[in-house]
Amino acid sequence: MFEVLSNETLAPNLHRMTVRAPRIATARQAGQFVIVRSEKGEERIPLTIGDADVEEGTITLFIQALGAGTKKIVSRQPGEFLSDVAGPLGMPTDIEKWGKVACIGGGVGTAVLFPMAKALADLGNEVTTIIGGRSKPYIILADELAEFSSHVQITTDDGSFGQQGFVTTALQALIDDPERRPEAVFAVGPVPMMRAISELTRPYGIKTLVSLNPIMIDGTGMCGGCRVQIGDEVKFACVDGPEFDAHQVDFNSLMDRLTMYREQEQHCRLDDQLNARKAS
Amino acid sequence: MTKAMTTKERLAISRVLMPEQDAQLRSRNFEEVNIGLTETLAIQEAQRCLNCKNRVCVQGCPVQVSIPEFITALAAGDLVRSAQILQSDNALPAVWGRVCPQETQCEARCVRGVKGQPVAIGYLERFVADWATANADQLAPVTLAEASGKKVAVVGCGPCGLTAAGELAKAGHAVTIFEALHDTGGVLRYGIPQFRLPKDIIDVEVARLQQMGVEIECNVIIGKTLTVSELSEQYDAVFIGNGAGLPAMMDIPGESLKGVYAANEYLTRVNLMGAGQSDDCATPVLKGKNVAVVGAGNTAMDCVRTARRLGAERAMIIYRRSEEQMPARVEEVHHAKAEGVEFVMLTSPLAVEGTEDGWVKALRCQKMELGEPDASGRQRPVAIEGAEEVLEADIVINALGTRANPLLTSTAPELQLNEWGNIVADEVGTTSIPGVYAGGDITRGGSTVILAMGDGKRAAAEIHRFLTASQD
Ligand SMILES: Cc1cc2nc3c(=O)[nH]c(=O)nc-3n(C[C@H](O)[C@H](O)[C@H](O)COP(=O)(O)OP(=O)(O)OC[C@H]3O[C@@H](n4cnc5c(N)ncnc54)[C@H](O)[C@@H]3O)c2cc1C
Ligand SMILES: Cc1cc2nc3c(=O)[nH]c(=O)nc-3n(C[C@H](O)[C@H](O)[C@H](O)COP(=O)(O)OP(=O)(O)OC[C@H]3O[C@@H](n4cnc5c(N)ncnc54)[C@H](O)[C@@H]3O)c2cc1C
Ligand code: SF4
Ligand code: SF4
Ligand code: FES
Repeated sequence: MFEVLSNETLAPNLHRMTVRAPRIATARQAGQFVIVRSEKGEERIPLTIGDADVEEGTITLFIQALGAGTKKIVSRQPGEFLSDVAGPLGMPTDIEKWGKVACIGGGVGTAVLFPMAKALADLGNEVTTIIGGRSKPYIILADELAEFSSHVQITTDDGSFGQQGFVTTALQALIDDPERRPEAVFAVGPVPMMRAISELTRPYGIKTLVSLNPIMIDGTGMCGGCRVQIGDEVKFACVDGPEFDAHQVDFNSLMDRLTMYREQEQHCRLDDQLNARKAS
Repeated sequence: MTKAMTTKERLAISRVLMPEQDAQLRSRNFEEVNIGLTETLAIQEAQRCLNCKNRVCVQGCPVQVSIPEFITALAAGDLVRSAQILQSDNALPAVWGRVCPQETQCEARCVRGVKGQPVAIGYLERFVADWATANADQLAPVTLAEASGKKVAVVGCGPCGLTAAGELAKAGHAVTIFEALHDTGGVLRYGIPQFRLPKDIIDVEVARLQQMGVEIECNVIIGKTLTVSELSEQYDAVFIGNGAGLPAMMDIPGESLKGVYAANEYLTRVNLMGAGQSDDCATPVLKGKNVAVVGAGNTAMDCVRTARRLGAERAMIIYRRSEEQMPARVEEVHHAKAEGVEFVMLTSPLAVEGTEDGWVKALRCQKMELGEPDASGRQRPVAIEGAEEVLEADIVINALGTRANPLLTSTAPELQLNEWGNIVADEVGTTSIPGVYAGGDITRGGSTVILAMGDGKRAAAEIHRFLTASQD
């Protein structure tokens, strides 16, 4: 059992949670994740370790409550418990001294990006951070990222905060500016966003890394469910990733496989709506 | 019984038939297929045993179960004694009685099989083990040796790790099992379906170990959460029984289509997570109308029979060799057939074909014929040129087997591996690191439950020797 120590709402349906897990806090490195099950009978949900405090023996998770599984997790209040937290899983981010780097986060991807950006800055890289979201309430962690980024740029689809437009517009401007052009780009967010960034940087030959989020079960390489096509090889995202060279990723197949259980999940969302209606 | 039976009387009894659930009915539910013998039937079957002096059956058993002894006690109606004999041999008789390939091991050697049917050793083991579970109060509790003050870490909670842990606890050592998943049992829980091995059998065994003082910590992945060298520092000895959890891929086009599963994923969703078994289960699984399972081992049979239970109208085994060459247990094949599974033999997959929106549509296959025997004497399948077959399918499951998972070994560079990535260990589990032992699928590649348990038992004895020798 893993005790929840804090749980706050950062944006609509987006929670920051700290959980006591001393072994994981000690072992984890930036880019790794845990698999969480809120209680018996629930799904196993992969979540990036956003931050860790070795002294306190705690890890921080950022959770977007999307479906039934993540909603159960964020419903846990401080003092309550999650039945299973396993990790750290996956390969750590390959942190190198690149010089200038751009870190791009979309939606909850910004939280996944956070430990990578921090580790890159700690190693002396000059980090420009671009955060994208639908509208102002969906922009998260801007202040936290500003602490170690040389610039933070914000884009919203509706222009309610920062620049109106997509993160790709901001990235293009960065690439076009010889003073600020990045040697490497790290991008985490919805698959279409990562694909767009990959297409943008490809002609410039800028090294681009993305963190993939295929459906997982065990997270240890046992089930093969998280397989992704990288160049002409099949890789297991949970053990070989989750970060990969964006220019090698088959985004179409990834996006497609993510819809495998859409029907079943919608069935469950419908149930939620029915229950909500009954309750009101 | 009043008077001992004569050999002639024993020979006159014919082999018992295992009562089983109706095939139609069971092909749609997850209840255990084999209902189990009644006491009368079990005793009658036990009376067929001739209590042979040369114990040939025992030579066929990888762990040398005292077969004639436990059966003779059963034939005499002394269930308590029979159960004690079985339990002193090895842990988990209720498991191996259900999943051992008896027909190629103990029963293959039984003298009664020479001219007729061998004694149903597996069924009898299962009967006695189940009786022992239900009547635990009649059996003397296991006595533990005095605490040795030594600590042993066991990696993996499958049959190999569980057996090693039990033996070490009996010898008085403090044992902690570290398990990567959120539950115990290894393949027994996430792989083998409950219509073959009900999950409460594992629960009972695990509870028994816990009563003996064995600690079980789930959600600890050795190689990630803790490393082998950290365990070596914190414990007096380490036993590794982490299995062979890494699926072999088919390496054919279309493997990323929606509806293609590796067997481990399909079975884990259903068995560990409970998918498809009740409407309110959180974890989903796809249910297909036409399901093609590639492979013909126990894993393939488990997948195809699970697919039937999840509603498949046509559930097929696709195998590139012929029926006689299938590696699965004979009983599983019989059961699968009775449940309406189709066996498409001499057929090898070429590609999974998909619809425009990325779902599986069909499995395109190459027809084969049997050619010259290979080194092992088995006739090798060769492609019949130009003969292809397209099988309509909405789910394709790859059950081609597993390889060694590198998660643990990649962070233990001093651990010597063979060319397939399996840990090199001798017959008592000794590895290249002093104080670190290994057994089961991680040393053997895919094997069997009973071999994994045998490894656990032998390694535990060796670890005990190591710990007591280093005491002075
Ligand atoms: C390595 C990795 C790191 C991740 N880190 C984070 C994170 O830090 N914060 C965060 O909010 N989310 C993260 N995710 C995504 C998160 O795991 C999914 O959003 C979550 O599993 C959805 O489950 P659900 O039951 O709430 O939603 P559902 O309604 O079941 O599904 C919503 C969508 O999520 C995806 N999904 C469903 N089940 C899984 C699964 N078991 N594994 C992966 N994706 C699934 C599917 O595309 C589905 O359409 C990460 C995913 C991976 C693989
Ligand atoms: C579907 C299926 C059906 C089968 N049917 C039969 C049958 O009928 N008869 C038969 O004899 N054999 C059968 N087998 C084979 C048999 O199950 C295996 O040979 C046996 O389970 C091996 O036991 P083990 O303890 O070595 O490994 P496993 O049972 O694989 O157990 C290993 C355990 O270690 C855990 N683990 C893995 N890595 C780590 C890590 N890094 N840290 C911590 N824990 C870890 C795993 O989660 C698992 O719980 C079948 C196998 C499968 C897959
Ligand atoms: S363990 Fe297996 S081989 Fe040995 S006696 Fe029992 S069924 Fe036969
Ligand atoms: S060989 Fe057969 S008949 Fe003889 S002791 Fe063994 S089980 Fe009994
Ligand atoms: S999640 Fe099972 S292999 Fe990656």
